[in-house]
Amino acid sequence: MKANSNGSIFHPDTRVPLKWISLGFGLLGMGWMVAVSLGSLVPSAFSLILSFLLMTLGVVGYAVYLYAFVQPGIRNNQNIPSSLGSRGWLAWILALILTGFYVILYWFPAMLGLGDAENRGLVALFDPLSFALKGQKASQWFVYGSLYTLAILLFGIKFIWKYRHSRYQQFRTLSVIFFQLAFAFLLPELMLGLNLPYNDFKNMWPLNYYFFDGWHIEELLKAGNIGWLMLVWGILMIVLVSPVLTYLYGKRWYCSWVCGCGGLAETAGDPFRHLSDKSVGAWKLERWMIYSILVLCVLMTAGVLYSYQSGQARMLGLDTAWLRSSYGFVIGAAFSGVIGVGFYPLLGSRVWCRFGCPMAAILGIQQKYLSRFRITTNGGQCISCGNCSTYCEMGIDVRAYAQRGQDIVRASCVGCGICSAVCPRGVLRLENGSLDLFDRAQKARNED
Amino acid sequence: MAHICILGNGIAGVTAARHIRKLSEHRITLISGEASYFFSRTALMYVYMGHMAWKDLEPYPRTFWQDNRIEILYDMVAAVDFEEKKMILASGRSVHYDQLILATGSVPVRPEWPGQNLRGVGKLYHKQDLEALESWTPQVRQAVIAGGGLIGIELAEMLHSRGKEVSLLIREPAYWAGVLPMPEANLVSRHILRQGIDLRQGHQVREIKSHDGERVSSIVTQDGSEIDCQYLGITIGVRPNIDLFQNSPLEMDRGILVDSFLRTNLPDVYAIGDCAQLKNPRPGRRSVEAVWYTGRMMGKTVAKTICGHSEEYDPGIWFNSAKFFDLEYQVYGQVSPVDPPSIASLYWQHPNEEKSIRICYDKASQEVTGFNLMGIRFRQEICDRWISQKANLKEVLSSVRLAFFDPEFYRDHAPQLIRAAREQTGLDVQLTRPWTLNAVLQFMKK
Repeated sequence: MKANSNGSIFHPDTRVPLKWISLGFGLLGMGWMVAVSLGSLVPSAFSLILSFLLMTLGVVGYAVYLYAFVQPGIRNNQNIPSSLGSRGWLAWILALILTGFYVILYWFPAMLGLGDAENRGLVALFDPLSFALKGQKASQWFVYGSLYTLAILLFGIKFIWKYRHSRYQQFRTLSVIFFQLAFAFLLPELMLGLNLPYNDFKNMWPLNYYFFDGWHIEELLKAGNIGWLMLVWGILMIVLVSPVLTYLYGKRWYCSWVCGCGGLAETAGDPFRHLSDKSVGAWKLERWMIYSILVLCVLMTAGVLYSYQSGQARMLGLDTAWLRSSYGFVIGAAFSGVIGVGFYPLLGSRVWCRFGCPMAAILGIQQKYLSRFRITTNGGQCISCGNCSTYCEMGIDVRAYAQRGQDIVRASCVGCGICSAVCPRGVLRLENGSLDLFDRAQKARNED
Repeated sequence: MAHICILGNGIAGVTAARHIRKLSEHRITLISGEASYFFSRTALMYVYMGHMAWKDLEPYPRTFWQDNRIEILYDMVAAVDFEEKKMILASGRSVHYDQLILATGSVPVRPEWPGQNLRGVGKLYHKQDLEALESWTPQVRQAVIAGGGLIGIELAEMLHSRGKEVSLLIREPAYWAGVLPMPEANLVSRHILRQGIDLRQGHQVREIKSHDGERVSSIVTQDGSEIDCQYLGITIGVRPNIDLFQNSPLEMDRGILVDSFLRTNLPDVYAIGDCAQLKNPRPGRRSVEAVWYTGRMMGKTVAKTICGHSEEYDPGIWFNSAKFFDLEYQVYGQVSPVDPPSIASLYWQHPNEEKSIRICYDKASQEVTGFNLMGIRFRQEICDRWISQKANLKEVLSSVRLAFFDPEFYRDHAPQLIRAAREQTGLDVQLTRPWTLNAVLQFMKK
């Protein structure tokens, strides 16, 4: 290819070795962990650092391969026909690995090496980090939290690079990385080390469905003032902080700026965002499911609180402990974990957020009826190309609104802003304004 | 209940069908030999680049047509008998109509170069062009695109995204210099070069060569230089697709001539979209405007007329947009490559980023007449309001933030624009309006 004076031009073929070297590093890092899990390698601080380092080199190297040699811009090239991006064999293998990992994590942690007295294998590998943070040995949850945070961090770096021309995407991604690293991972672990209760200050009922469990309330109350603070903050989040922020900015303040589930979806899940189902049928299913789960969650929480207060095991004839454990198993573990993340490569990155999360359901109702947030469309500029709908991770048919110039107010929108970024005609803008929320949209709808 | 046939299922034909259904119980038949279902032609490039699958191009679910009782006929029309009010299809069937809407779109202009029927010489307009390009792609290492319009640059981007070496030959001294003022055209040219495209300005193809007499192997430009290529994309423009109606009583010029109600010279025959040529275009508008939104507007207008709510076609204030690789472009109102004598323009360009704002205004009255934006998004309803209400330059500048449509956290270039305005026009302007949606909505209510 002809080089020109304005910058170095590498033919894509010349960067191919970098792709395979990066993939090699990444797989080696994961392979190292698998080898430790299987007992073929001895868990040690060296092993942990080495595997982290290899994975970092893998992901960052791959991002360099993808983005360092091209100008900033939307780079979804060959995303759809690829095996990973179109439910091909690679996607199925990845889905199997991810779901398998979650099944082992939730129900067979001994297979990861969790031991009563002493850890083995993968869990033991994380002992050095755990001791460094809180002076205790690692649990399977510590392993999970560490890997989860690492994934958001590394794929977050990749995402920021991909969208280096968009300050909205950069700020948003820095925010999810920060909240995961500081609030979800480091702070709670450090507090445990100080003999304080484990608390993720940004997590909130009903996503955090154990918040009103008897044991959790007891634990907070036993911790004295700081425990009270956590309890009061947790309730304030639900009744004050969250409604006010959602009124001002929409549910995005949480779902795509703060939340850990959203954080993983926006970073590691980004290559799968287009797999969300855009059909009207999926939208119907979404509304049925998410509000049913919200009702279930409220019922479960009321039952647990009732039992805690009254000492009665049953509320309205329902065994509240059974209700609580069933919810934890079906919704908390199977849905949000196994399906929510395990099925990224098959159903897209926001399956949990869209069909399951009771927190998203509450924020969605607030967003729809009590928020200034909407996505405005730029008059007649839409050319119905469909990039917005394709890349909407929540399965919203954005184009249906944009092509008739209608403002978008949808309960499910997490405000990731990708529709606006991929639009080739500058049609979509995420905006906050208290005036004229519904009339404008209704007018556009009537005229189309 | 009449039988309304619509020839062509592009944006114009489909919008007409939708609105006729909304307004009436007429029987509607939508005919196309290109694709069974309406798709977004403007997004063909994204399928080739792997951003979208074919089904993502279809704006309506496939059940939509049956649900709205719009009959789909996937066939080519071989001839139209306007006397007998019937169409003869390629399959041999004939279809009777009561009212006919011609929405046949455009076809690429074919040049007179020898060798243009070789394998590997293509265009980009129809679904079939994309399929041909896809089938040739594995054999292509170098590609030449001849013609620097909106489709030429799309083809260049497409092939570049698949790792091909692309040469883009344009006649003008800078990209789209026949439409864009020179500073903006140069901005785009530099952007194209930066992507790694071999942009050759002031070049035209003279001859297409083939080693084996079957496939294109190189082209020769008018200055005699030869460029090897296994694909040649010819994108020197489009024209109304009206060949089917030659030798018919339909009155035509470049396109099918229509009055302001989009009626042709024949009773019960209408023409809309790219194939229509307005006999009396509004001041400042062209008689043939092959853009997406005018097709949509004409479709809506003709539906009203057919359903008894006659309405004149009014496209409003001109606007358009495009994306050149990663550089977005928007225009509102009149912006010429060279300002006419009565018009001046205020131009600000970012010192190191690919961004610019041009505001054209009438020298005498100071009324704003047009906006030209590169790398910056403006809000159509605000620009439209300013131009149609003849807002003066000072007023527009002081409240220019109302028009900003860039995403949140993007840099606010208003102060730089104001500084440029003070230097270039001597106007004493202060920024008054905040960059908020409420301010926009309040302004629009006035």
